[in-house]
Amino acid sequence: MSVHAAPIACRELVELVTDYLEGALSPELHARFENHIAGCDGCTTYLAQMRETIRLTGTLREQQISPEARAALLQAFLGWASG
Amino acid sequence: MTEPPAAPLFPGLSPDERRLVEALRARDEDAFMELIDRYQAALVRVAMMYVGSRAVAEDVVAETWLGVLRGIDRFEGRSSLRTWIYRILTNTAKTRAQRERRSIPFASLGDGDDGPAVDPDRFLPPGDPAAGAWASPPRGWDGLPEATLLSAETRSVIDAAIDQLPPTQREVIRLRDVEGFSSAEVRALLELSETNQRVLLHRARSKVRAALERYLAEDTG
Repeated sequence: MSVHAAPIACRELVELVTDYLEGALSPELHARFENHIAGCDGCTTYLAQMRETIRLTGTLREQQISPEARAALLQAFLGWASG
Repeated sequence: MTEPPAAPLFPGLSPDERRLVEALRARDEDAFMELIDRYQAALVRVAMMYVGSRAVAEDVVAETWLGVLRGIDRFEGRSSLRTWIYRILTNTAKTRAQRERRSIPFASLGDGDDGPAVDPDRFLPPGDPAAGAWASPPRGWDGLPEATLLSAETRSVIDAAIDQLPPTQREVIRLRDVEGFSSAEVRALLELSETNQRVLLHRARSKVRAALERYLAEDTG
């Protein structure tokens, strides 16, 4: 099969989004991806939704630890440090 | 210059991690508590991917911290401190899961053939002059208030979608998009190739997006 510059179909583009965001597309495919996006509202929205999905998934991160668990770990540390 | 150049200790560490390792080796409890505050919640979430309950996961994490303390004097810093801690965690969690017979047979860990990122019915069918173009394009979310997007309910939709993923996809998206690990860190931790990691991440993200789209459709109607 030879490399051809046929336009990417929307159905194909949605499978390339992660590679695009990860910078893993070849320069040629990257350019075709961006050409498609420039003229396609559906795919522009899709790409924005994938970016938004990543952002919102990041909000699941939480940074609390219970005082009890913290105290228990401190005890364990002190035991180790004096051992 | 009479001073010898600094030995290339801990080549994989950032200055910040080097500071923490040196302080831990000096038995500095503030450094330990700093690490705890930084990683505890994330470690518990990752441990829960392997073991059944939060209680067991917290146990696994406590054991992990003991492993960190026991190993710190021998830690060579070839990987980042964070990667090293997670490796101790996953080893501890796997051992515990096996003991509790919760281990998943390896064959079923393969994520198998997965469907496409988007339901094929949303595109024009073959034979149509514009085959493969959107028939039912997504509706933008930019009109939605931030309060809706960041609501507890939206977050629980994401959480539930992640929970339903095949195990490896779940691990990859949790580490990458929830915990913010780099692709290189995830590859090292889960022993995945670059391509494989990306494919798993793609499938996971696509499914989470689809779940969000279904949920938010009520608001974008």
